Parts: sequence; structure tokens; C-alpha cells
Amino acid sequence: MLSMKARAPRYLENSLQGVFFLCAAISTITTVAVIVILAVETWGFLQHVSVVEFLFGTRWSPLLVPKSYGLLPLLAGTTLIVIGASLVALPVGLACAIFLSEYASERARNILKPVLEVLAGIPTVVYGFFALTFVTPILRTVLPETDVFNAASAAIVVGIMVLPMVASLCDDAFRAVPDSLREGAYSLGATSFEVTTRVVVPAGLSGVFAAFVLAISRAIGETMAVTLAAGATPNLTMNPLESIQTMTAYIVQVSLGDTPAGTLTYQTLFAVAAVLFLVTLCLNIAANMIMKRYQEVYE
Amino acid sequence: MSSEEKVILNIDDACISYGGELAVRNVSLAIYEKMITAIIGPSGCGKSTLLRSLNRMNDFIHGCEQTGRISFRDEDLYDEKTDPVEVRLRIGMVFQRPNPFPKSIYRNVAWGPSINGFDGDLDERVEKALRQAALWDEVKDRLHESALNLSGGQQQRLCIARTLAMEPEIILMDEPCSALDPVSTARIEDLLFELKENYTIVIVTHNMQQASRVSQHTAFLENGVLVEYGDTEQVFTNPSNKRTEEYVTGRFG
Amino acid sequence: MAAKSNLAWRHKKAAFFRYFCIGVTGFAVLILGLLIYQVSVLGLPWLDSQFLSSFPSRFPEKAGIKSALAGTLWLVSMTAAIAIPIGVLAAVYLEEYARPTRFTELININIANLAGVPSIVYGILGLAIFVRFFQFERSVLSGALTMSLLILPVIIIAAKEAIRAVPGSLRQAAFAVGATRWQVIRAHVLPSALPGILTGVILAISRAIGETAPLIMIGALTYVAFVPEGPMDEFTALPIQIFNWTSRPQEEFHELASAGIVVLLLVLLMMNALAVYIRYRGSRIK
Repeated sequence: MLSMKARAPRYLENSLQGVFFLCAAISTITTVAVIVILAVETWGFLQHVSVVEFLFGTRWSPLLVPKSYGLLPLLAGTTLIVIGASLVALPVGLACAIFLSEYASERARNILKPVLEVLAGIPTVVYGFFALTFVTPILRTVLPETDVFNAASAAIVVGIMVLPMVASLCDDAFRAVPDSLREGAYSLGATSFEVTTRVVVPAGLSGVFAAFVLAISRAIGETMAVTLAAGATPNLTMNPLESIQTMTAYIVQVSLGDTPAGTLTYQTLFAVAAVLFLVTLCLNIAANMIMKRYQEVYE
Repeated sequence: MSSEEKVILNIDDACISYGGELAVRNVSLAIYEKMITAIIGPSGCGKSTLLRSLNRMNDFIHGCEQTGRISFRDEDLYDEKTDPVEVRLRIGMVFQRPNPFPKSIYRNVAWGPSINGFDGDLDERVEKALRQAALWDEVKDRLHESALNLSGGQQQRLCIARTLAMEPEIILMDEPCSALDPVSTARIEDLLFELKENYTIVIVTHNMQQASRVSQHTAFLENGVLVEYGDTEQVFTNPSNKRTEEYVTGRFG
Repeated sequence: MAAKSNLAWRHKKAAFFRYFCIGVTGFAVLILGLLIYQVSVLGLPWLDSQFLSSFPSRFPEKAGIKSALAGTLWLVSMTAAIAIPIGVLAAVYLEEYARPTRFTELININIANLAGVPSIVYGILGLAIFVRFFQFERSVLSGALTMSLLILPVIIIAAKEAIRAVPGSLRQAAFAVGATRWQVIRAHVLPSALPGILTGVILAISRAIGETAPLIMIGALTYVAFVPEGPMDEFTALPIQIFNWTSRPQEEFHELASAGIVVLLLVLLMMNALAVYIRYRGSRIK
């Protein structure tokens, strides 16, 4: 009779499970660490600079005298990039998704989906290079008043970078719409345009919204393209042809220099990063909530 | 078939295949105006394929090929110059599973007419369609609620209303009650009796009792071949073909 | 019903819309083509063995990416060695051991959120924890640890999906012959999920290869004329070198940067192709 004793001691199985749990817990520890570190240093920063001055001040100059710690120019810079990138990525991404899910043949899909994946996999520093050496010269030829470093080039390129994600998510949303809905619409004497725009897209709308929100979140967090092409001058403006600085670019600028720990300048890194983190976190959570809602409808 | 009955849809030697495999073989069949014609037969015998070919819904299936002539009031449905969208304006379809749009009840019914540039009174059209589908009393107070909140039977009647709002000449029904409970089924069958005063109906069903209750003419298909076609009463009580007799008495299928 | 009069117009609209969507999609593909073309035209002339084996220099003709390549190699190997085991085992825990409690759900949500955090925040984390607190300074180790944190959520999510796709019947059969949970996982679940896990890992590593911002944060230097010889050495990486050359005003450095980009894209292309191949082989076996 085979022995009923466990082949491996019980404690081995348990300790293995413990090890695995620790691995999973590392992610939680990471989040806690991020929150703690950002909070602590931001708190230190806010001892010297009031919240009001930080969030509503219109001049950002932590490195040059006279020093000033108003975040609005950086926020404006980031916003400009986000708006420009959205103008590129959202319509184009949506149109690509509609083509992929409603019009493309199997063969076209098999070519296009990998192409989009390649676009998505190109490192951001390459996009920054492209913005500086290709987009900016063209922009300056067409609109000579454009600065060498300008928000528009970076925004266009960030839009291209984010476009595959929008296309892919919207495509998923449209493919989740059951064919029976399309058949019902066609059987009422509708054209493909009407079925697509008045049944499929509305049915997949929450997926589209989630995609848009995620795209905006990505654009906000984008660093290298804006560092290379948008400039390093905090500038409270809505003119995309001017040189600006985004929150992310500022963080890079400070890191490239030598900043001793404990100084106010060092702390600005964390304060700006805290704002960045909070905004992207809220957007990501919102996108996830929207996506959960549309998954329920077709369950 | 008496001579007062007029042929509205004529299927002449139709063969339909998917990717090389024949689903409908040399079927010739005449549909009569303002009558209910039932198409019965075991699963996979090609009845749905045949039905879908009547309003060009097979166009959406890749690799589906068709020969023979199907004509609606003597116009070839598959002629190069025929607009499939216009075909579907005049020949509507109700599907096996209710497929209302995730919109309000009102929008579901109003969708078809408004797409087609209807410039009359939309409210009136919606009410008329819902009354004809015997759904008006149940939904008149909640027209702007989501259609997905309705029960299965109500959703199917909504789909019927949606089709009726287009005022088609023919309504094709692909096993419209197979996903419904007996009570809803009975309600829809009652509905059909009323509808046939104004519409021609072709109904595919695997429920023989339903076919015998509801239709005036019945066609029996097996393996894509039209085995028998005639007055419903005759097909069920005194079929001329042995296979028909075996099917309707339940010996197979 | 005013059907006939507006049908022609509706058909025109439908056709126009269809061509519009095709056009826009073609335009997006065109942009990719333009990017690759431009980078190749500028960079390929500079790509030779001298380029690959020289250190960066003030003089463009003498400059090369040797230190950058070495740094990237060191960085990626260490990152892989750290992140892959942790990531895969974390996924194993979450899919095979953890009970579906609120706590587990919280961990899952947490991981999903971490995947969306901008990479520069990871850089800040790395700066504060590895460079300053643990005092690893600007070493390859700091870089690898920071990168691991960055790509960990990506690996975990991909591995989880691959493990979840393993049919329950496979597990049941293994349990039925008296295997322990770990034995079932090691001998049946992991091998079956391997293609999916590998694909996810490759894509995560590709991401690590291309990331610049976190490395800048932890102090990877932008002018390095040596090859790292140990994990505590300072280093640079390919994307950093590209960034450095792009930031210079001279035309020649931009061309050097494109040469570096060509190398980077080739490496990524190979990894992508490898992932596709594994995905293909994996689905064939099934």
C-alpha cells in the first residue's frame, strides 16, 4: 500500500507559498513607498512654500533668483501637450479602430495590428528625436514664428505615440459589440456608415471614453519627447508655437544637474512628481471604472 | 393555392453555398402576398440560409455564393443595379434571439424611420408600431427607459415593432420564438394572425405545432432540398411525400 | 417614407466615410514609415564597426556607442535576473494560491494601477530608495532595481493572463494523481503557460531597453567613456546616449543619434520578432 505521508514536508509547501506571497507583495510595497516618499518630501516642501502659492502661482523659477514656486506654468505646459496630443491621437485612433473592426479584411487586420504594435513599442526618446529633427523644421517652414523648441512638435509626436493605444482599445470596444446588433441595424435598411456611427460606436462608447482617458494619462506622464522638443522654459501660455516646460521635463532638468538632497530645489522634484502621480492615478482609476462598466453590459 | 393569391416573392432554382458547400439546393418556391408561409425542417437543413437570402442578409457572410433567381414583385433581388439597402427597407427581418439596441424603447422603434429621413410625426409612427406589436400598453409609460430592461418576450415584440415601424411589405422571421417561454410564444403567435392582414410573413420554425397553427402555406426542407410545399392543412394531415410524413409525425428531426 | 430620395446621398456618405477611415489609417502607417525612413537616412551612413566599438567623444567622427551598449547589456541582464523571477512567482501566487478575498483584489487593482504610473515616478522612487537610502549611488544596480520595479507590473499582468489561460482540467488531472500544489504548478501549469509568459517577459524587457527617464533620474551619466565592470559601477545606456547626442545643437551629433536609434530599433525589432515567433509556436503546439 502506498504511503499516505506527504512526499514533501508540509513546511516546504508553506514556505514556498510564503515566498510567492512576498513577490506579490512587492508591488504593494512599491505603491506604499511611492506614496510615502512623495508625501514626506512634498510635506517638507510645503513647509517653505504655501499650497496656494504652489498650486496657483504663475511663476516657476526654483533654480534662478528671484526664486518663485508657482506651478501653473508647468501645468500649462503639460496641458498644452495633452490638448495637442489628444487632437492628433483621438480622432485618428478612433478612425483606425473603426477601420479595423468594421471595414478591414482579415488580411488587413493581420498586417495593421502588428504595425500599430510597432508604433507603440518605439521608445519615447526616438519620438523626441523625430520631433526635434523632422517635425519642428517643417513647422518652422510653414509657420516661421515657431520657436526652435515648441509645444506643438512635442504634442504632435506624443499624439502619434499614444495613437496605437487608442486604436487598440477602441477596436476592442467595437469588437465586443455583438454582431446581432449590427444585423438588426442592417435589416432595417441602414448603410454601413449609419450602422457604424449610430449603433456600434454608441454601443462601445464607454470603451472609447476609457481609451481617451488613458491616452490623456499617458500624454501627461510622457517625458523624453517633451524634454527634447518642447523646451525648458516655464511659460504660462496657450500658444503651442512657443517654448514651454512640462512637469516631467522640469523633473528631468533638475536631475541632470547636481542637486544636493535636502535642499528646497530637491524637494520641488517630489512636489511636482506628487502632482503628476496624483493626476495620472485619478485618470487611470477613472478609466478602469469606465471599462468595468462597459464589460458588464455584455456579460 | 387558389388563383386569387398573388405571388409577391418568387424563388426560382436557388442554390446557396458557403465556401463551396451547398446549403440550399435548387429550391423553387413562391411566396404569396398577405399570407403566412412557414418553412420547416430539421436543424441545418438550410431554412435560415434560404430566409436570409430573401433580404440580402447573406451578403454579409464571406464566401457565400448564390445562383438562381429570387425576385420581389418581378424585380430581381440580386441584380447588379439592385440596392440591397432598399431591399431591406421593403423586406424586414426579425431574428432568433431578440437584439434590441442598447437604447431607449422609443429610440429602438424610431431608429429605422429616422435613419431613412422620415419627416412625419415620429411619435405617431412609434406608437402605431408598438400597438401593432401588442406592446404599447406595457411600455407606453416608460418609452424612454432602456430596451434592455424588458423581458425576453417583450424584447422580441420590440424587435417586431422596430421592423413594423419601417412599414415593410414582407416580414421575415427566423425562429422568432425559439428563445422565448411558451407564454411569450403564444402572444407572438396571436400577433401574427393580426399582422397577416397587412403584411406578408415568412416564418422559419422548427416547431411544427407553431407552423400548423399559424401559417397558410408550409414548405418542408431537408438537406437543402425542398421536399414538399403546399397548403398547411394538406402538408400536415395528408402529405404527398413520405419524408414529409415522417417529419411531421415526429419520426425524425 | 422619403426613402428613394435620400438613399443615393446616404450611399455616398457611407462610401466617403469608408475611404476616410482607410485614408486615416494609411496616414498613420505612413508616419511610421516616415520615421523609420528619416532615421535610417540620417543614421545608416554612420553605422560601422568603428561606431559600435568606440566610446563617445567630443569629435563626432570618433564617437561610438560602446559604453552605451555595454551599459544597456549590463542593465538589461540584471533587470531580467531580478524582475522575471519575482514577476512570474508573484503571478503564480495571485493565480494559484491566493483566495479571492478583498485583499487579493486590492493587490490586483494595485498592480493594474502601477502599470499606468509614468516611468519618471519610478525614477524618483529609485532615486530616493536605491541611490540615496540604500546608498547604491549611481550604479548599474540602482538602475536595474529601478527598472525592475518599472516592468514588474507588466510581467505580472502578462504572466497572470498566461497562467489563467491554462485549462482547469489540466490542473484537476494533476491533482487527481496526488501531486502537491507546487508540483502541479511546476510540472504542468508553468510549462503550459510558458509561451504567454515568455511573450510578456520579452515585451517588458523591450520596454526596459527603451526607457530613458528613470535612468536619468537615478543618475546614469550622459558622458561615459568606460565600460562597467561590476554592478556598482557607474554606467550609461543606449537611450541615454541617444538623448545626449540629440540634445546637442550640431548636425553631426543628430546623425550619430540616428545611428544609435537604428541600433536600438534593430534590437527591439529582433525582440519583437522573437515574441511573435514564440506566440506562434505556442499556439501551434496547443
